[in-house]
Amino acid sequence: MLTILFDGIAYGMLLFILAVGLSVTMGLMNFINLAHGAFAMVGGYITVILMQQFGVPFLLCLPIAFAGAGLLGAILERTLYRPMYTKPHLDQVLFSIGLAFMAVAATDYFMGSQQQIMQLPQWLRGRTEWGIGGPFELGMGHYRLFIIAVCAALTVGLQYILAQTRFGSRLRASVDDARVAAGLGIHVNVVFAATFAVGSGLAGLGGALGAEVLGLDPTFPLKFMVYFLIVVAVGGTSSITGPLLAALLLGVADVAGKYYVPKLGAFIVYSLMLVILLWRPQGLFVRKGGQ
Amino acid sequence: MKAMQDSLLAPSRIKLWEPALWLLAFAAPWVLPGHALIVNEIAIVALFAVSLDLILGYAGVVSLGHAAFFGFGAYTAALFAKLVMPDPVTGLLVGMAGATLLGAFCSLTILRGSDLTRLMVTLGMALILLELANKLDWLTGGSDGLQGVVMGPVLGRFEFDLMGQTAAWYSLSVLLVLFVLARRWVHSPMGATLKAVRDNPLRAMAIGIAVQRRLAVVYTLAAGVAGAAGALLAQTSGFASLDVFALDRSADVMLMLVIGGVGWLYGGVLGAVVFKLLHDVISGITPQYWTFWIGLFLVVLVLVGRERLRKPWTGWGKPKAPGESV
Amino acid sequence: MQKRFFLRTLAGAMVLASAGTAMAQDKFKIGLILPMTGPFASTGKQIEAAARLYMAQNGDMVAGKKVELIVKDDTSAPDVTKRIAQELVVNEKVSVLAGFGLTPLALATAPIATQSKTPLVVMAAATSSITEASPFIIRTSFTLPQAAVAIADWAPNNGIKKVVTLVADYGPGIDAEKYFKDRLTFNGGQVLDTLRVPMRNPDFAPFLQKVRDLKPDAVYVFVPSGAGAALMKQFAERGMDKAGIKLIGTGDITDDDILNSMGEVANGVVTSHHYSASHNSALNKKFVAAFEKANNGLRPNFMAVGGYDGMRVIYEAAKATKGAGGQALLDAMKGQVFESPRGPMFIDAQTRDVVHNIYIRKVEKVNGQLYNQEFSTIKDVKDPGKTK
Repeated sequence: MLTILFDGIAYGMLLFILAVGLSVTMGLMNFINLAHGAFAMVGGYITVILMQQFGVPFLLCLPIAFAGAGLLGAILERTLYRPMYTKPHLDQVLFSIGLAFMAVAATDYFMGSQQQIMQLPQWLRGRTEWGIGGPFELGMGHYRLFIIAVCAALTVGLQYILAQTRFGSRLRASVDDARVAAGLGIHVNVVFAATFAVGSGLAGLGGALGAEVLGLDPTFPLKFMVYFLIVVAVGGTSSITGPLLAALLLGVADVAGKYYVPKLGAFIVYSLMLVILLWRPQGLFVRKGGQ
Repeated sequence: MKAMQDSLLAPSRIKLWEPALWLLAFAAPWVLPGHALIVNEIAIVALFAVSLDLILGYAGVVSLGHAAFFGFGAYTAALFAKLVMPDPVTGLLVGMAGATLLGAFCSLTILRGSDLTRLMVTLGMALILLELANKLDWLTGGSDGLQGVVMGPVLGRFEFDLMGQTAAWYSLSVLLVLFVLARRWVHSPMGATLKAVRDNPLRAMAIGIAVQRRLAVVYTLAAGVAGAAGALLAQTSGFASLDVFALDRSADVMLMLVIGGVGWLYGGVLGAVVFKLLHDVISGITPQYWTFWIGLFLVVLVLVGRERLRKPWTGWGKPKAPGESV
Repeated sequence: MQKRFFLRTLAGAMVLASAGTAMAQDKFKIGLILPMTGPFASTGKQIEAAARLYMAQNGDMVAGKKVELIVKDDTSAPDVTKRIAQELVVNEKVSVLAGFGLTPLALATAPIATQSKTPLVVMAAATSSITEASPFIIRTSFTLPQAAVAIADWAPNNGIKKVVTLVADYGPGIDAEKYFKDRLTFNGGQVLDTLRVPMRNPDFAPFLQKVRDLKPDAVYVFVPSGAGAALMKQFAERGMDKAGIKLIGTGDITDDDILNSMGEVANGVVTSHHYSASHNSALNKKFVAAFEKANNGLRPNFMAVGGYDGMRVIYEAAKATKGAGGQALLDAMKGQVFESPRGPMFIDAQTRDVVHNIYIRKVEKVNGQLYNQEFSTIKDVKDPGKTK
């Protein structure tokens, strides 16, 4: 049982890293970016290519995946996304779906349609068992432990940036009211660009980390978009802790549901989301006074 | 006073090009018999898009799960034909009725919340129905699909043929009937209150419009129309499978509607024609990478402005009606 | 404005339509409908490559007519498959429909085959009931029960008595589970639990954990080819092999397409299937070499061989009927006996299904690459799903 909890937490953390960028851009720029999964895919493929063809060690690939996806995000933000901010939501949906389609087809063309398989370094394989057996046995895969550690560090880092740095306060001001923030002299455009780049970079990192657990093929952006949207909808777009808790909740519910009631498998996540959204339409964790 | 009345009534008058358009549509399966099948497919998906327009364009409810009603109508009609009687028109009505009931039930879920909430709630419902259909495989055939749906002749006289002409005319007729009804409805006083709700729910409430009830009504009706489209699909193709509930269907129809123009019933029809034809042509050229070109089309379309599709020369044509493009 | 644009669209459509209807009557057309996009795109790619390879090796003329291969993507949606098949039959007047990556796609198209008397060659889908959906269906792929029964026979003789089955929750998965369970129980084994994984599953962890907690001798797995890699890695990550649980299944989990990139975790996995790229015959070696050469080093898998043999069946039948189609073509397909890269096989004249050898194989490293090495053969296996 503890193992299931552990697995669920690992899965939830992974979902969080993948979705946090989406949550922040939706809250900040009011932009529905359904191509978010494409950045995750880019990060995953960067890692796979670097590892398989250039023999770059896994640990080094992670920051490169982050940087690569972030760079791509920055470029796209500047060129394609910026004219879209003022357009209505439906246009944004159309646009980002179009981008996602292009990304999927291009990846299929260049990399082929099969699943990409990563070979983890030796120290990340393996498993540690603690406990006395039965429901209190805790089996921790080393890779999942690694995921939890990285994601926890990132969460702490993000929260610190948001709460303790000047950039963070500028970001929060822009989320609350972009016009007033601009009026106070905050370069809202720069904040947007930086946030989008970091959000995409995080997605790329998530894609790289998740390739091992979730699989990686050209249809990744479309397959997982639903899960990201669930995390954002349930967690709300006005904080970091909201999506974090939402992702953890969903991760544990999904894993535990499939273990204890396998017949209901996929129902659990959707039903849980429905119930939560019906009970709290603004998401579980909404900051008062936020958007 | 007369001028003002005229300008307000203008959208509801039948324009010259409308009967011409419908005549062309009905002539298509006869003039291009080899393409009757795709005409049928376009008619079905156009009906589906029109039903989405009722809630998206006229009531402002964003939905990524409209396929729930499409699929429910499809399975209901298929099961009806298989287990009760193979008459198409009766099956269609039964499918519509089933979807309407489901819509009434689901309308309770979309009353609160922001766009994102509604998006996810509707999506969740569609996915749950998908899983249900998968689990109840003794009834629905599960992932193999519901096979062996043999339809009787339409109105007792027109058999479904291999060329698909009967199917095309059947779907087009249903599309026309429901379209005319929808058109009458959105231009009625009830329809006007809907537009008020879409544009500013708070103000609408302030002048005494029962917002919640209106939304529930329009959602239920739209569900019924979507169910009709689903029933048509099941009847003209002779089976029903799980992908009628899939996210792809809801997403595709939303794309089509947005391409064609929201808030203008013909938008669904236009979008369906453009998208399907584009897909078919490009897929014929490059069966594997057609998604790239469709994606490119979408991106370019949004960058140059969606209105360009309808009015390729900006500055020409009549000005947009207020709130027409959401 | 709207009217003008509308008319223009319709006019454009008519131009395209008339361009499409120009066709010659002295062609033998094959309509190949495959999932070229979406989650099963690799199936489509393999089969198309194999079909083209066959045409390249055997020329594009048969019985004096030019062979035209029309490839269409059905995006794995059955109503699209049916519509494309209908269009191919009505507009292009194809003599044969082929391909069909998934069961619902084949089942949906069956009425078209019957109605238009067009033979339909199933090159990929593997559920037993497909050939019963229309008297015009021929299969050259395989059926899950063939493979499932074989491994259920092998397991009890090799120390595996208690098994947990883990299959994907769709047609072929349920077939694989049912036939394995029935046969294993018949052979004196015991199936502790039957777990089904949702098709759109991102994470196998909870299911594998459950298997671990049940402590069987082995876990029998069936998942569609892409997911096998993820499952195997999580199997190893969870320490199941150290806990003494073996991994067995049908060959879909050690798909040649991606076997080599699975790495060490796949080593030693025993599966049953009808084709391995390392099958030791001259014909297969030639096939694999030619395939890899024409496709950038891509190794052919069982989907490819289904496509290759399907083309063979079509070609030989067309030769026998001198290019005619319909019932005559179907009859010429039934009962064909020949050597395929997988080994000897024939198309049963009664059931129109494929009868071939099933091999038990183990994943081993050969010349630095992973292959499914066959070590046991069960000859001429008919589809158990029908002989009941």
